[in-house]
Amino acid sequence: MNSFHLILRYFSASLRSQLQYPGSAIMLGIGAFLTTIIDMLAAWALFDRFGQVQGWGLGHIAVFYGVVSTSFALTDFFTRGFDVFGGEFVKTGAFDRILLRPRSPALQLVGYEFRLSRFGRLAQALLVLFVGAAVVGVDWTPDKVLLLAWTITGGVALFTGLLVLQASFAFWTTESLEVFNVLTYGGIQAAQFPLSLYAAWFRNFLIFVVPLGCVAYYPVLAILDQPDPLGAPDWWLPTAPAMGFAFLAASFLAWRAGISRYTSTGS
Amino acid sequence: MDAARPYLAAFSSRFLLMLQYRAAAIAGFATQCWWGGIKVMIYAAFFAAAPGAAAASPMTLAQVITYTWLAQALLALTPWSADPEVALSVRTGSVAYDRLRPVDTYSLWYVRGAAWMASRAVPRAALMVLGAGLVLPLIGLSDWAWKPPPTLAAAAAFAVSLPLALALSSAFLMIVNIIVAATLTDRGVNVLFNSLIIVFSGNLLPLALYPDWAQTALLMQPFAGMMDIPLRLYVGQLSGTGALAGLGLQVFWTSALILLGRWAMARVMRRLEVQGG
Amino acid sequence: MPQILVEDLAKTYRVAERDPGLLGAVKGLVHRRHRTVQALRDVSFSLEAGELLGFIGPNGAGKSTTIKILSGILKPDAGVVRVNGRVPFTDRIAHVSRIGVVFGQRTQLWWDLPVAEGFDLLADIYRVEPARYRANRDELVALLRLERVLDQPVRQLSLGQRMRAEIAAALLHEPDILFLDEPTIGLDAPSKLAVREVVRRLNRARGVTVLLTTHDMHDIEALAQRVIVIGHGQVLADSPFETLRANVLAERRLVVDFAHEAPDLASMALALPGVEVRRRKGQTLELAFDPARTPTPNLITALAAAHEVVDIHVGEPAIEEVIARFYDLHGAGEA
Repeated sequence: MNSFHLILRYFSASLRSQLQYPGSAIMLGIGAFLTTIIDMLAAWALFDRFGQVQGWGLGHIAVFYGVVSTSFALTDFFTRGFDVFGGEFVKTGAFDRILLRPRSPALQLVGYEFRLSRFGRLAQALLVLFVGAAVVGVDWTPDKVLLLAWTITGGVALFTGLLVLQASFAFWTTESLEVFNVLTYGGIQAAQFPLSLYAAWFRNFLIFVVPLGCVAYYPVLAILDQPDPLGAPDWWLPTAPAMGFAFLAASFLAWRAGISRYTSTGS
Repeated sequence: MDAARPYLAAFSSRFLLMLQYRAAAIAGFATQCWWGGIKVMIYAAFFAAAPGAAAASPMTLAQVITYTWLAQALLALTPWSADPEVALSVRTGSVAYDRLRPVDTYSLWYVRGAAWMASRAVPRAALMVLGAGLVLPLIGLSDWAWKPPPTLAAAAAFAVSLPLALALSSAFLMIVNIIVAATLTDRGVNVLFNSLIIVFSGNLLPLALYPDWAQTALLMQPFAGMMDIPLRLYVGQLSGTGALAGLGLQVFWTSALILLGRWAMARVMRRLEVQGG
Repeated sequence: MPQILVEDLAKTYRVAERDPGLLGAVKGLVHRRHRTVQALRDVSFSLEAGELLGFIGPNGAGKSTTIKILSGILKPDAGVVRVNGRVPFTDRIAHVSRIGVVFGQRTQLWWDLPVAEGFDLLADIYRVEPARYRANRDELVALLRLERVLDQPVRQLSLGQRMRAEIAAALLHEPDILFLDEPTIGLDAPSKLAVREVVRRLNRARGVTVLLTTHDMHDIEALAQRVIVIGHGQVLADSPFETLRANVLAERRLVVDFAHEAPDLASMALALPGVEVRRRKGQTLELAFDPARTPTPNLITALAAAHEVVDIHVGEPAIEEVIARFYDLHGAGEA
């Protein structure tokens, strides 16, 4: 059985486990839909009071937000194993069990749980994305649909990279580092506004260190047919999501270092 | 004095215990810096983008910035989630022990909850004063810094209002705890109340910046007293009779929620005892 | 070449230490002190296919470390490890698909899934060919009497049922070697017997090599042909079980019920070298003796001649006692 099929088998097993408590997953999903609505509330109130910011309106913010939030929601479906890695695998020694099986540890962690309840967040993100796009009049030509898919894929790679990195640190700290929530949930918050609103050092952080800007700001400019007010070349805008994959690759280097540490210290 | 002894002891032991979680405090501080920093930059951009609207805003940018840092610093003072100790004792059934102690369970949980929130807030607030109040001006970002209160009266009003905010938050925390005790799980409740508190306490956005037509309703609702009212008093956005009204609202909601909580707790505990709890 | 070969295995851990109290916590942030713990010093042994080896020793002796190294989840600092000709930790995936491991205190099944579905998932993880899997599963289900629990979620099983399901789960991919780390811990007596019976049958009927760690000496007594005693990271003894018992303690016990109050041995003034009183209460006297110095018939004759004896019982010390003595003898008792 190849890895892809195995992942599907894991997911179907996980779904059946969750359906043992059917109410819970549905409730959490609906709750997530309702509670993520507030993500846009502050932006709405600010535009209501100030009208616009640097020429951007609420519709634009909705597209920025929708893209990055969709990426995160998709990532969230299959990364719970990495999210809880420190507390549930390293601290308890349950990672031993992962190593005792003839499959890659990362694959087994992806299979750990498929979080059904995340559909609420995904639905909210897609709704905001397409309502925002309609408000600013995005014409969904095939190349734009493709660009959107590419952008979201890059975003999934980046968020997965963040979670893998969080899990890698747990090999040293043996706790799940909640500071990483700053970069995931906080990252959505940061990436929903155009980079031009931020101070230069923070902009650079979002481009070069944790490239959230590359999986939201730049490609969304291309979707909106806008040049970068900060002067990035046009060819860069649709290329930028590749940075998400670079980040993921770098995270896996840390992950391998972490596993190597685990197998030589056993803790 | 002797009557208060068990409650004082419960407060101080929880407070000291929670102070030891350094890693959590540092993580919390990092998170708050990130959110605070983003917000400050965004507010600055909006105020700069529309000078007319900025002039008409009920709060100046400097007030909004100080409010934002304070809100981040005092985040732990709001009842974000049910008291994890209560949730745990309900799940494991050890809630029965609390009922066996010769003290009033409501008061015991109330002071423990207050200690839990206060102990988490103190180290984070101290770090935030250092970071946003001292370091930012030192590195030349005094426009973005946390400023002291404008007048002595504002400082005094804040000093009265902050303990009231803790009292109100603790009273609300008890409502959440009681729901947890009644439903035997803390998952749904936490998700729901989290969002309510973030929005209506002013943590998401200072309540004064929401549309003008919503202002009265926003000030009257109970969550305003947990954070928004003390912070408005601090930055001087509420003063004079407005300040008195704000303090009055805090007292009113605290009393109302305590009465509600005691009534609900009596009912829930009767049921738990019947179940053998 | 033996199936498992271990030579001069060594492993040290570094353990962070910090002073107690607030000051210690602050110091720990700046500078961590480390203590090195030598988990394994110099462990060598080998095991042929089909053997059933018991691995015993006090907590912290190095049993788990050895099992972890043999199963490929821990790298040793020095020494040679070959299992089926492979180095476990460098060739992890190939290695673990040929071994089965059961940790007594952890589950490898899925808590909320029925046992049968967990088995199916494991078959996919181990890439077991479907027809072989079904045949093998049915055989294990019959052997371990799991028919009734297959449809139940793991969380609803009793501890004994769960342990039998765990053992089946570890064998679905037909491993050559089975590592059992305290498989009977926490089980009630019938479940312990069932687990032992299953392990014995797997070993005899299927020729699975078994390496078993345990604190329950009855497991060892019932199962192991050969025992390795480990303490302070070293092999203290490696011998057939009966030899171990004979070597460590040749001591026998004699319990004598007298017609009247049990006499004081010293007052009898008998020439009985190597005989000691272990217990004297009412009419009962319990003696420990070395049959090489005072043969059993001589002892009984001497006692019966001096006093009126009602009943006599010859026994051996309990196995736990044997091992405890053995640890003490080698200075390997728990710290």
